[in-house]
Amino acid sequence: MAQNYKDELSGVETTGHEWDGLRELNNPLPKWWLYLFYVCIAWALVYYVFYPAWPLGKTYTKGILGYSQREELDTRLAEAKAGQAKYLTAIAAKSVDEIQKDKDLLGFAMAGGRSYFNENCAACHGAGGQGAKGFPTLADDVWLWGGASADIYKTIQHGIRSDDGDTRGTPNVGMTAFGKDGILNREQIDQVTDYVLSLNGKPADAGKVAKGKTVYDENCAACHGDAAQGSVAAGVDGVGAPPLKQANWLYGGDKQTLVETVTNGRAGVMPAWSKRLDDATIKSLAVYVHNLGGGK
Amino acid sequence: MAQDKKGFSHDLIERNTLLLIVLVLITVSIGGLVQIVPLFTIESTIEKVEGVRPYSPLELAGQNIYFREGCYNCHSQQIRPFRDEVERYGHYSLAAESMYDHPFQWGSKRTGPDLARVGGKYSNDWQVAHLVNPRAVVPESIMPTYGWMKDRPLSYGDIADHLKTLKIVGVPYTDEQIANAKADVEAQKNPEGDTAGLMKRYPKAVVANFTGNKTVTEMDALVAYLQVLGTMVDFTKYQSKQLQQ
Repeated sequence: MAQNYKDELSGVETTGHEWDGLRELNNPLPKWWLYLFYVCIAWALVYYVFYPAWPLGKTYTKGILGYSQREELDTRLAEAKAGQAKYLTAIAAKSVDEIQKDKDLLGFAMAGGRSYFNENCAACHGAGGQGAKGFPTLADDVWLWGGASADIYKTIQHGIRSDDGDTRGTPNVGMTAFGKDGILNREQIDQVTDYVLSLNGKPADAGKVAKGKTVYDENCAACHGDAAQGSVAAGVDGVGAPPLKQANWLYGGDKQTLVETVTNGRAGVMPAWSKRLDDATIKSLAVYVHNLGGGK
Repeated sequence: MAQDKKGFSHDLIERNTLLLIVLVLITVSIGGLVQIVPLFTIESTIEKVEGVRPYSPLELAGQNIYFREGCYNCHSQQIRPFRDEVERYGHYSLAAESMYDHPFQWGSKRTGPDLARVGGKYSNDWQVAHLVNPRAVVPESIMPTYGWMKDRPLSYGDIADHLKTLKIVGVPYTDEQIANAKADVEAQKNPEGDTAGLMKRYPKAVVANFTGNKTVTEMDALVAYLQVLGTMVDFTKYQSKQLQQ
C-alpha cells in the first residue's frame, strides 16, 4: 500500500483509485464504531447459545436458558396471584356482603374493582358510573335488576339478555314495540306518554292524561308497576322495567323520546362477564359498583 | 490498490463482470434463503387449536370496511404475552387466531385500545352508539365519528367472489359457503329468519339487526365483524403448556 498517493492537504493516504485526477481518501473507520461492531457480532454469538435463535425445519434451537415468553408470562401471572393470595382466597370464600364488612378486603376489592371497572364497564356505564343514553347510571339508587350486592354480582356474572344460560331477562326480548306491533294506535301512544309526563310533573293535556291512565293500567302496569314504581319495586321478576317517575331517564323522559320508546320498544343488553373475568374480579367489581353511591 | 496481489482479490472481482454477477447472486440468495426457508415450515408455528373458522360473509364485508377506513392505524389486534396486556385485554393472541386474516391486523400502533378480543365485550347497541358518536359514550375519546355508515347500504353483490379469492390464498371456504355467501349476509342480519344453515357454516357468528335498518348497511357488517373478534377459541379447553412451542 505504501505506493499509494498521499493527499497533500490532509496527509491521508488515498485508496489508489483515480478518476480523471480525482482520488478517494482512505480514511479508516472510527475505532469506537469498529469495536462496537465487533462487540455486536460477539453478542449475537453469545445470544445464539443462550436464547432461542435458529429455525431448524419444524423446530428451532432453544438455547441453554430454554427461554419462552409465554412460559415467563405464566410465571409472572402466578407470582402476582401468589402475592395477592391472602386476599383472593378470602374473597373467593366470602359473599360480596361479607367482603364489604372486612375493612382489609374492602380496600383490596375497591382498588381492583376500580381498575377493572374502568377497563371493562366504563365504556357503557361511564367512568364514575354516570351512565349514558341507553346505558344505566350505576351511581344512583334506580336499579333495573336489583341494587343489593348479590343482585349486582349476579348481573355482572350472567349479563342482561345475554347469551349466557343464566342471563337476567330473555335474549332478544325487551319492552314490547307497542306501536310497531300494532298493539296501541298513535292516539293511545299520545295519551299514555302524556300520562307518563304528568307523573313527572311535566305539562300534559288533562284529557289525554285521564285516558292515558287507562292505557297504562292495561298495557304497562304489568311490568312497570301499578304506581309506575318499576319492576323491582313492584316485585316483577325478569323484565327489568325502570320506574317511570324519575329524574334520570335511561333513554329520555321528554315527549318525543317517550313516544319513540313506546312505539319501538327497548331492550338493553349487557354481556355476561363470567367467561371473560374470574370470580374474584367479578366480586371486586360488584363491591365497587355497590359502593358507587346507589347500592342497596 | 491490490494490483500486486495474486489469486482472489477485490481487484479480480471488479474486473471480471461474470464472476461479479455470480458472486452477487450467491450473496443475495443467502440473504433471501434465510428469510424464505423458515416460511416453508410456518405451519409448525401455528398453534393447534379448535374453533378458528373463516369469517362469515357479513363479517368479511365488515373486515373490508375495517381495512377501508384504516381502523388499523389506531387499533392493533394483537395481545402480547405480557402481564399488563393479558390482565387488561384477556388471553394473549395466538397465531392461529389470525391465520385467515388477509392481511393480518396485528399492528403496533395503539391510539385506541387493542381490539383482538373486543368481540362480545360490549353490546351491539353500544358498538352502534359508539361508532355513531364515540363521545356519546366515552367522553374523552378522540375517535372520528362514523355515523354516516349506519344508513349507507352495504355493497355485497360480489361477496361470493371475495370468498373465492380468499380461497385461492388458502382460506378453506367450502363450495357450500361460497354458494350461500349472499344469502348468509342477509341471514346474519335477520334474527327472526332461519339461521340454522348460517350457524352451522359459521359457529359463534353474532346474528342481529345491529342498526335496526331494513337494508344491510356498512355498520351492520362492521359490528358483526367486531363482535366475533377473539371469540372463536375456547381457552378453557387449553392448558397454557399446550400453547407453548
